[in-house]
Order: sequence, then structure tokens, then C-alpha cells
Amino acid sequence: MQDTMSEEELIEEQIKHNIFLTTVDKVYNWGRRSSMWPVAFGLACCAFEFIATGMARYDLSRFGMEIMRPSPRQADLMIVAGTITHKMAPQVLRIYNQMPEPKYVLAMGNCAISGGPFPSYAVLQGANEILPVDVYVPGCPPRPEALLEGIMKLHDKVMHQSIKTVPWYK
Amino acid sequence: MLRTETITLNLGPQHPSTHGVFRLRLQLNGETVVGIEPVMGYLHRGIEKLCEQGTYVQVIPLTDRLDYVCSMTNNQAYAVAVEKLLGLEVPERAEYIRVIMAELTRIINHMMAVGFLWNELGAYFTPAMYCFRAREHILDLFEMTCGSRMMCNYMRPGGVSGDLPEGFLPAAKKFNDYFKGVIDQLETFLNENEVFLARAVDVGVLPADVAINASITGPMLRASGVAYDIRKVDHYSVYDRFDFDVPTCSNGDVYDRYLQHIKEMWQSVRIIEQALDGIPEGEVMNDQAAKALRRPPQGEAYGRIESPKGELSFYVVSDGSANPYRVRIRPPSQINLSALKEMCEGHKIQDIVIILGSINLTMADLDR
Amino acid sequence: MTNEEILSKLRERFPEVVVDVPELIDFTVAIKPEAVVDVARFLHDECGLDYLALLTAVDQTERFEVVYHLWSIKDRTTEPFVLKAYIEDKENPTVPSVTPLWRGASYQEREAYDLMGIRFEGHPNPKRILLWEGFPGHPLRKDFENRTYTFEELKPTRPTGPEW
Repeated sequence: MQDTMSEEELIEEQIKHNIFLTTVDKVYNWGRRSSMWPVAFGLACCAFEFIATGMARYDLSRFGMEIMRPSPRQADLMIVAGTITHKMAPQVLRIYNQMPEPKYVLAMGNCAISGGPFPSYAVLQGANEILPVDVYVPGCPPRPEALLEGIMKLHDKVMHQSIKTVPWYK
Repeated sequence: MLRTETITLNLGPQHPSTHGVFRLRLQLNGETVVGIEPVMGYLHRGIEKLCEQGTYVQVIPLTDRLDYVCSMTNNQAYAVAVEKLLGLEVPERAEYIRVIMAELTRIINHMMAVGFLWNELGAYFTPAMYCFRAREHILDLFEMTCGSRMMCNYMRPGGVSGDLPEGFLPAAKKFNDYFKGVIDQLETFLNENEVFLARAVDVGVLPADVAINASITGPMLRASGVAYDIRKVDHYSVYDRFDFDVPTCSNGDVYDRYLQHIKEMWQSVRIIEQALDGIPEGEVMNDQAAKALRRPPQGEAYGRIESPKGELSFYVVSDGSANPYRVRIRPPSQINLSALKEMCEGHKIQDIVIILGSINLTMADLDR
Repeated sequence: MTNEEILSKLRERFPEVVVDVPELIDFTVAIKPEAVVDVARFLHDECGLDYLALLTAVDQTERFEVVYHLWSIKDRTTEPFVLKAYIEDKENPTVPSVTPLWRGASYQEREAYDLMGIRFEGHPNPKRILLWEGFPGHPLRKDFENRTYTFEELKPTRPTGPEW
């Protein structure tokens, strides 16, 4: 069959099978969302549901996220799992500042969203007082399925970003 | 002239192996630790102040969040204290249900302790995977009963909040038989591991008299040789109807604390089997409880139970109104740290990590 | 030894120290705060109460109370012996520390100082434990209103430098 095709048709056949045309945005976003590495940052009870999400029943490694980097300099996602107290708040900010860009923040659980069931003198009422949060996952603690939905929403958000408008290149 | 100095190292609040937000300031001479100072309070949420603002029943969801790994036993400790204050009787079926839930919680906690100890040792998450698999089965049982996996809010002063659903007893029996195989598997893999024996024997030794003086309770005390178990001393709930032993170990080092957790899991399996066979029919809640909680008498009460981490107790002071006047929680994790200096000084820095792992801390219990 | 025997021996040894024996569910003896260390040493050495389970600070309207729940592990007692120290001075409450006798009291006394403001004389490390040194006030007192703070409000109270 290949003998009967002319040279141009042969080249076109090969191009169709071997070359993809896409945009810079799509490739850039696909690379960033396919293996986001979270910082091992469990504060309180939600940390246990986060670890359970990484275990055998609800698997996080299908997203490429099962290695939780102990050092913030190697991570690009910070899952704030648990209550931020006033004593801990400067340390949370310090760790966020150490992460290299592009970085995202996911507030997991009611305590990280707005102080949770603790309207007290020692609890910061929400992580968004000190950090820019991208996705909020409510629950006390949220089920692992809820956390997976939150992560998929974050992936959605990353896929719709454009390299012209991301905050770290401005 | 040569001059040496010690280094101050900060094992900071965010660290992959400190079980949450706990900070240690270490003075190091090379790699040997010569001084240690824990800094806590990074998860202090003001629960004792919040308890004074709500009613007696509104305190129970707050107690769930104290030691979040074992939420059922936290509820039980508070229920025991308030029942002592009000003089309430608990129906028999509710007592059996409480025993089953408490022992299942003990299994969860000890599996977490073993799994995270091996995480600190460097077996990165593989034993923890096995332990979490067993935990998922137990969380299915909890969800069947009270609707939630972790924050159960199930035991109330006067009984439990609702009866067991239809399929609970056969499912619990099936889990119990399956779980014996799991502990067997863990023991076969982990007990005689040479690296573990080399790293853990004679590390972090806690002598028995230091343990009693430092108010240490629970598996840490029993691993040092003192057979003190509040289930046998106080005979609270219906524990005197069940046949179980109080295992102890002799040396009090990290290996013994690990072995103590495994031995206690075998005893819990025994208790659950007997409880499932003997559970009677009946009500699950005392009728007078709701009325008595609205106008409790003036007074104070101290109620304690054997939680998986040690003695967990509540000291409830009432002034006759519908809100508690003062609720003080005895934190087993914080008090188990009282002898940290004896256990840690003279060891290397990698031993500190596994000693902390063997103490089985939960930060929310430490800081409240 | 039962709790009543302990009380009678205590009255023999320290005649003026017992202030009150209130009628409560657990056997309670209230003493003056200055005598806490001597009474505690007597209970520890001669009555066999070797286990201090809990140390609490309570803010009653007319006084502060420091409550010690004592048990004996070697005798396997099932009832606690509750020792209370009535502190009448609400401006500057002080009580001697029992940390030299029971090591387990060390963190609990620091917490009582942190949250209630009661000073323990003779404690080896009298610093605040759960909150930081600059935090305004002692939260568990009844005149401290429970309110939420924002991050900016507490910023000037924080220590600067490597301390935090």
C-alpha cells in the first residue's frame, strides 16, 4: 500500500500519527496538574483523613500525589489539614513562603475554612486570613471522597489557568 | 586551646515524624543529645473554656476532637464523669455496646501506634498501610452505627445515643476473626526483625519508679513492669464480667512498648469476642438522663477510664446551672511526656525520633 | 489506709492546717496554701499516695482553688484522696510547687499558671506552656471574656527573633 502512495501522502500519514499540535497553555497546565506534590503538613484531625486518602482504599497515587514531601522547598501544594492556632500561624506562613512558585493552597476541613467548631481565643478563624486559598473542602473531618473531589476541582482550576495571567509571572 | 560548644537544634513544629505540631529544642554535642526541652501549645484550641459556654451535652462533640484517633473513649470518659456527678445508672445493653466500641477504639489506636512507630524507624509507610487497612474495616463498623467515621459523638451520659443497626453483630464477629490473622501477620513480620532489635532494645528505658512518680499511665507504665490497668482496678462499666489479662513487659524500652501494644491488642480481641457473645437485649439509654442534665446538682466529680493512651479523666465542677462551671481534662499524652529527660539524654538524635514514636502522642490531646 | 484514717493522722500531725472537709462525692480535704508542700510530703511518704493523677486550678467567685487528686498505685485504691488548697488572695495567687515530690505535676503547674495565673513557687521552669509569653491575660479566669482574635490583633504581642 505504501508503494502506491505518493511521497506527500506518505509524509502526511506519518505526521498524523506522530505529531500533536497543542497550545503552550495546555502543555504547561497538564504538566503542573499531573503530579502535584503536597507538603506533609497535617495539623490536627483532618490530617488523619488526609493520610487515609493516601492509603490503600482511597488511593492518592493515581493522581501522582502519594509522596508527601517533608520539605516545603520540594512541594507545590499545601493542604492545610486541621486547626491553625494563633501560636502556629507564623510558622504556617513561614512554610508557605518557603515553597517555590507555582504553588497552591487547599483548605481542608472546617477549621481551616473558618475556625470550625472552635470560636475561641486561641484559634485563627480561617486560613484565608494569612494565606491565599484556592479550594475549600468543607467537613469535620471531610471524608476521603470529599478530599478527592476537592483535589479534582483544583486540577480543574489549574487546567483553566493561562500562562499570561498567572500571578507568579506578572 | 580547643574549645567545644553544643549546637542547638530545633526539631520544629512541622516535621515529618513528630505526629503533628510538636517542637523540641535539642542541645547536641556532635550527635549525642545533652539537653532537651519540649515546646508545646501549637494546637491549643481553648477547649476547656469552650466547655463552659455550652450545655452538658454540647460538650460531647468537643470531647471527640480531643484525642481524635480514639474518639469513642473520650466520649466514654466524659459520660462516666457526668454519670458519677448525677448518679445515673446505665442500662446493661448500653454497657456492653460501650465495651465493644471502646475495645475497637483501642485496636485502632494501637494499630496507629505500631504503624507510626515503624514510620519513624524508616520503613516508609509499608507497615502503616497494613494497619490502616484494618482501621478502615473498623471505621466501616463505626459508620454503620453512628453515621460518622471519626468524630463519633456516640456515648452520652446515661447510655448511648442509638441502638446498634441490624448487621452490626455479624459484621463485628467477622472482623474479629479476620483481625486475629492481621495481628499474626504483623507479629511474624515485625517482632524478630534484626534491624528493629538493634535499634530499639535498650533505647529510651523508663524505670518503673520514675514512671509512677511522673504520673505516667497506660501502655508506657505497663511496659515498664507495673501491672496497673484501670479496667481491673476500678471495675467500671461491665469489665469485671470478662476474662482478660493485663500483660506487662520488663525492660521499659522502645521494643517493650511496641510489644506491649501488640499484647494488648490480643486482649482486646478476647474481650470483644466475649462481649459479642453475651450482649443482652434491652434499652440503650436511661430515661432520667435528659431531665437530670438540665438541672444537675451542685458538686464536683472525677471520672476516669483506661483510654488507649493512658488514664483519661474528666473533673467536672457544677454550680447547679445548665452549663458546666469548670471542665478539666487530664491529658494522658502531655503527662506521659513528663519523664522525657530521663528517656532521651545520652542517646543519639535518631533515637529521639523513635522514642517519641513509641510514646504514642496525639497533639490535640496534649494541648487541648 | 482508708481516707478517713489518713485525715485523722493528718489532723494529728498538722493541727492547724485543715480549713474544711466539704461534703462532696469524692473525699475532699481543704488546707491552707502555705502548708501544701509539708502535707504533700506527709501523704507521699507515710500514707503511700504515690500517684498524683490530676492538678487543677478552679476560679470560684470568692477564691482560687488548686485541687490535687491523689491515688495509691501500690495499694490499688479505688477512691481518690482529693486535696484542695484554698487561695483567698485573688490579686496575686501563689502556692508552693509540688514538682520536687511528683514529677508529673511539672507540666500541669505550668499550665495552671498559663491559663489561670496562679504562681507556683519553687517550680524549676515557671514559663507559660500553651500560650506564648506576651499573650494578653489568663484565659480561664472568669473575668476573661471568650472572644476571637484576628491575626493582626495579636501580632504586636508576639516575640520577635529566633524565640518564635
